This record gives sequence, C-alpha cells and structure tokens, in this order.
Amino acid sequence: MAYSDKVIDHYENPRNVGKMDDTDLNVGTGMVGAPACGDVMRLQIKVNADGVIEDAKFKTYGCGSAIASSSLLTEWVKGRSLDEATAIKNSDIAEELGLPPVKIHCSVLAEDAIKAAIADVKAKRGA
Amino acid sequence: MQFPIYLDYSSTSPCDPRVAAKMAECLTLEANFGNPASRSHKFGWKAEEAVENARKQVADLLNCDPREIVWTSGATESDNLAIKGAAHFYSKKGKHIITSKIEHKAVLDSCRQLEREGFEVTYLDPDSKGLISPERVAAAIRPDTTLVSLMHVNNEIGVINDIEAIGKVTREHGVIFHVDAAQSTGKLPIDMETMQVDLMSLTAHKTYGPKGIGALFVRRKPRVRLEPQMHGGGHERGMRSGTLATHQIVGMGEAFHLAMLEMDSDNARILKLRNRLLEGLQGMEEVYVNGDLDHRVAANLNISFNFVEGESLMMALRNLAVSSGSACTSASLEPSYVLRAIGLNDELAHSSLRMTIGRFTTEEEIDYAIEKVKEAVGKLRDLSPLWDMYKDGVDISKIQWAAH
Repeated sequence: MAYSDKVIDHYENPRNVGKMDDTDLNVGTGMVGAPACGDVMRLQIKVNADGVIEDAKFKTYGCGSAIASSSLLTEWVKGRSLDEATAIKNSDIAEELGLPPVKIHCSVLAEDAIKAAIADVKAKRGA
Repeated sequence: MQFPIYLDYSSTSPCDPRVAAKMAECLTLEANFGNPASRSHKFGWKAEEAVENARKQVADLLNCDPREIVWTSGATESDNLAIKGAAHFYSKKGKHIITSKIEHKAVLDSCRQLEREGFEVTYLDPDSKGLISPERVAAAIRPDTTLVSLMHVNNEIGVINDIEAIGKVTREHGVIFHVDAAQSTGKLPIDMETMQVDLMSLTAHKTYGPKGIGALFVRRKPRVRLEPQMHGGGHERGMRSGTLATHQIVGMGEAFHLAMLEMDSDNARILKLRNRLLEGLQGMEEVYVNGDLDHRVAANLNISFNFVEGESLMMALRNLAVSSGSACTSASLEPSYVLRAIGLNDELAHSSLRMTIGRFTTEEEIDYAIEKVKEAVGKLRDLSPLWDMYKDGVDISKIQWAAH
C-alpha cells in the first residue's frame, strides 16, 4: 500500500512520543483499541488552570496510519481548550493525512482516544 | 547491495537467467515459436519436442513417468483441477473430502465450492507446530471419503508435512491423495516411487521459473481419473485443453532441471543464511519463531516480534521486501489464518514477519536485514504502549480491551 507523504513524515518523525504521570490530576489518559485488532493508542494530555491543553503525549501500537493519526492529533490539541479539542473529528484527521478508506478506522481510533483522555481529566478534576 | 533486498522468495522467485535464456529461444519467427499441437509441419514438431523434453525434466524431479505430468497455468489451476476434478469424478463413490485449516486459498476455496455443490469437507486442525499427523488423517477418514488434500510445505511458516506417512494411510483406505507442492519443489526431495501421492500440484515461479505455468502430476498406476475443468481441443489427454505455451513450459522444464542439479548445494547455502538470520534476531527480547523449526524448509523464517505491529514494521523496513501475517497487509482485517490455526494469539499474529531466502540471497544482505529489523523493532517498541506495559509488568492478556 502506498502511504501519503504526511503519513510517512509522522511515522518517521513521530511528534510528542512519551508518557505522562497518570497520577497527576491535570493529566488525562485515553487508551483505546485492542491488541487483537492490531491497534492500541494511548493519548495523554496535560491541562492547565485555564482549561487549555498545554502538553500532549502518545504511544501507539499499530500500523503507520495509526501512528500518524495519533502523532498528528497531539500536535493539533496543544494550545486548544478541552471544548475545542472535543470538536476535532476523525474526518479532519483522515483528510489531513490522506488516509485511504481501509485506514479510516485509524482516525476514528484517534478521535476516540482524545475524547477518552478529555473525559478522564474532567472526571479526575471533578473528583 | 541492491535495494530493496528481496527476502520474499516464497511469494515468487526471479527467473534464473539460464531459464530466461531458454525461454527466449521459443518466441520469434527465427526461434521455436510453433504450436506443439501442429502435426503437419516442422514448426509444430519442433515445439512438441521442446514441450516433451520439458515434461521429462519435470518428471525427473518427481521421479515419475512424463506421461503423468499435465501442464496447467500454475498451482492454483492444478489445485482446482485436482480437487474439483477428482471430487466430481468419484462423487458416486462418496462426497466427503478432508483437508486442513492451513491450506492455500486455492485449496480452501475449491473445497468451499464443493460444499456449495453438496459435498462435505472436514478441515483438520494442525498441531501447534503447524503439522498434520497421519493419525489425524486416519481418524477423519470415513467410508464416503474420496479425497484428502494437504500441502507438502506451508507457504507461510515453511513447515513440512510427512507426505510419505500420510500417503500410506490414504492408500490403505483407498482414498485419493492430493498434495500441493508449490512450496517444496527444489527445496525437498520428491519421489513418486516412495510417496503414495495420487495428484500433485506444481508451479514454476517459486522454483526460479516463469509465472503462469504449472503442472499437475496425475498418477497412472493405480490410475487416477479426473473430470476436466477446462474444455476445448482435448490437449493433455483431455484433462486440460488449451494451446501449450511452449516458452513457459520450456522455462519450467529448465527450472526444474536446475532444481534437481542444484537442490543440495542451494539448500546447504540457504540453511546457513537462515540460521545466521535467526541467530541475529534471537538476541532480542520477546521474539518467537512460528511453526516447527526442525521440520521446516531451509528458506523460511516466520518470526513474531511481540508488541510491534507487522505493517508498521514493514513500513520501517522499506529496504527489505518481506511479508507479514498482519491484517493490514491484506484487504481483510483478520490476521493470518495460518498463524491463528496454529494457536497464535492475535497480537503475535499481527506481529509476524515472513522472510524467505533464495538462490540469489547473499550473506551481506542477511547481515543488513538483521541490523535493520533490530533497529525497526527497537524504534517501534519505544513507540508501543504495549511494550511499556510489558516492561511495567502489566499482564496484557488480563486487560479488558474494547474491540473495534
């Protein structure tokens, strides 16, 4: 399968790879996917007092498109409010990366990951 | 070194230059272009002679009679002709067929078609090493069984079934035995004097011959009958009509002739390279060889790198031409049915690479491959949340994952 230049770029130079301290109340973690399906994404965001995402990290087990989707997402969410980040749609990711139809599920997973991370940090802060 | 490095010989092999040279002699006006079925002039006679010489070369590799070789377009057609042809011909005797879950799609899909026509098929489970035992075959045979179809060497994991022992079982029970040998010619000795095989599918392009040509061995003693699947001018004793492709056939003949001459030296060299590759990769953590390592052709290494997904691994290995059992390499999203059938969990099936070595592989290429695979696996594990969890001592199999 031929990959777009953007997928290759994110795959070869993934942005914001890493892990944050999950015990920090300002850190939200979204882990989605399943090893059996060939994709697992862990997306983490750190939110400041103003509700703005100041940092994001990811690790992904999956194909190049899955890695690129999560890498791109970490770039996009930085500096956005939680509401703005919630509004990111999988189709935006798929379009930006030029994903073919069989890889759309990678972008869906990325959207699920950011939604899960936001829900996690909201729950933690609410507690 | 030429990039990318070709390590996918079980998918197809290049033509040996000696094969290509022989083929080129059968194309143009000045050369041997005639129709082998033309009986009225020299062009036909000369082409027929070349075809019959090639038939002898193929028969020699199998130690059988040249009259037992029927030309086809390749192993897929041979499998179709053997399975559907025998099942139909003997359908009055019974309508039960035995095969295994890890056969090539050409066998499995032919069986599926027969099921739609009212035949019953038993799909045997291989053991965890990928092998089908003669006992398992014997236990599945019923009074209405007419055909057993099993592969000699598995295309994904390279493991070798004991065809001689299984042939004894089928012969005892008077059941036709079909063997797909697409992956074994030139890699293993095949002897129709000692192997009680009734039908054997062959192809040229995995043994340094051209694509688009194959053959079916059809035993004469005891005689095996088939219903033809291709109707027409009655070529190949009525079993497979169609003008014979002289250049392709000559190519297959030469390729099989070279296989006979060079099998031992090829195998010795290839085994050394395979072992070098295996040793180079086994130093890493969480690396698993898929399928039996002892009952395996020298050319094949199928290996899983836990916590790394196969497609992303291949993406990192753009300078290596390899294949993966990962879902993402095919149109379906299921990982390899062969790896699943030998009991691999989905993660390990998704994490597999098949590297197959051939006549033109060099030590330098293997060393390069080792270095690149190690580098890529290391990089992808640094990116993998599953690797993190493994390193933190989390048991991934105990986690409730949401399937998607």
